[in-house]
Amino acid sequence: MAEIRISVSHGSIQVKGVMTKRRVVITGMGMLSPLGNSVESSWEGIQAGRSGIGTIDRFDASGYNTRIGGAIKDLDIEPYLSAKDARKLDAFIHYGLIAAQQAVEASGLEQYADLDSERVGVAIGSGIGGLEFIEKSVLAMDKSGPRKVSPFFVPASVINMISGNVAIRFGYRGPNIAITTACTTGTHNIGYAARTIAYGDADVMLAGGSEMATTRTGVAAFSAARALSTRNDEPERASRPWDKERDGFVLSDGAGVLVLEDLEHAQRRGATIYGEVIGFGMSDDAHHITAPPASGEGAARSMKNAIRDAGIEPSEIGYINAHGTSTQVGDVAEVAAVKSVFADHASNLSMSSTKSMTGHLLGAAGAVEAIFSVLAIRDGVLPPTINLDNPDEGCDLDFVANKSRKADVRVALSNSFGFGGTNGTLIFRRFED
Amino acid sequence: MSTVEERVKKIVCEQLGVKESEVQNSSSFVEDLGADSLDTVELVMALEEEFETEIPDEEAEKLASVQDAIDYIVAHT
Repeated sequence: MAEIRISVSHGSIQVKGVMTKRRVVITGMGMLSPLGNSVESSWEGIQAGRSGIGTIDRFDASGYNTRIGGAIKDLDIEPYLSAKDARKLDAFIHYGLIAAQQAVEASGLEQYADLDSERVGVAIGSGIGGLEFIEKSVLAMDKSGPRKVSPFFVPASVINMISGNVAIRFGYRGPNIAITTACTTGTHNIGYAARTIAYGDADVMLAGGSEMATTRTGVAAFSAARALSTRNDEPERASRPWDKERDGFVLSDGAGVLVLEDLEHAQRRGATIYGEVIGFGMSDDAHHITAPPASGEGAARSMKNAIRDAGIEPSEIGYINAHGTSTQVGDVAEVAAVKSVFADHASNLSMSSTKSMTGHLLGAAGAVEAIFSVLAIRDGVLPPTINLDNPDEGCDLDFVANKSRKADVRVALSNSFGFGGTNGTLIFRRFED
Repeated sequence: MSTVEERVKKIVCEQLGVKESEVQNSSSFVEDLGADSLDTVELVMALEEEFETEIPDEEAEKLASVQDAIDYIVAHT
């Protein structure tokens, strides 16, 4: 049994016998990504070092500076959603619901007769929400007046409606929430959900994030912010974290959902355990609306907080799934942050960016990257950073350049940083009883 | 050219996700075809679109069945 450590400004107090932190394990995962419409197909793409980025075809992007993105391809939603229900929901909710359903199926929860639905909750967020539905509604209203706005506009587009629809579909009556913190959304929802279980408010939580922001406005807006790569002629080479020639991130769609569960609950029902969530940390840069400080100071504090929560030594961490979006400032700041947290150990560990293959899924990024981190531990494989031909100055860690590699990873850390300077870090460990 | 009845039934099928065989003239949108209050609002919007007409809210509230909708359209278009 772990002790709860309450940190105060000048040290830490250990409260014994008052409350114990329950252990939280992962018992199911679901994913839609530009690399595939399941966890396993996406993971296969990652291990092969494949890019999921292509030319945008959801709308006519010919007048855009950026015409590339990472889309969900060949998705048959019929097995998951009727045409009638699908029409009432924005695509980001479709994606989230499908990933949630995959995760529930993988977990075997539906077959567990003793499941107490009041003790099962949901925390699935989105960075942006139902942008496409909002755009269509505004255009219809502008053209033909307010009577053309659908009665489903609000439930189709607001961010908590993945969590709401998952609860309705599966009858999960416990805590229901959707944290939205830009690109840190997925990580924060998972961390919060783990805390909810550790604290005893729920036994099972579905947690993650979903995004479908590659719309007319979404691409135009990130493009106007000069955040996106314009390597339109070579989409598969566009996302290149830490490479000298990087020129911004690639906007992508998708969703990731994990089933988190109290260890004893999981063992009682004989669930397959994929790994354990051992640490969660947060911080803010308090610096700038979109850019981190070059020192990566806020990111470093987020990692330190997660390491403290996990109660491990930094040297136990073998793999970092970086935020690593392929932007000029962000990539370098994260390297600086890792060096400041890990000191000499920074040169022993491996850090890669799976965004080099998936692009940046914004609010879903932390969730799909949590899953890749867990799979790195499960399979003993370090995901590569592809398109890393010439590492930029100061970018001198082991980035697992271009090819995945076998390695006995026992503990993995996953970072997410978002607009508003908000940072989140999760730490996963191979499950050992 | 389809009749008003055929066109109304086609829209009801699309909007409420039901099969043509389930839709009778006497079918109630809520009780027989599973519509909720939001579905019925959107159904009326779709009828307005199809028949290029505007159905005032107080009239829309009275349209409870397929036949009600057919009668309204026939009388007003």
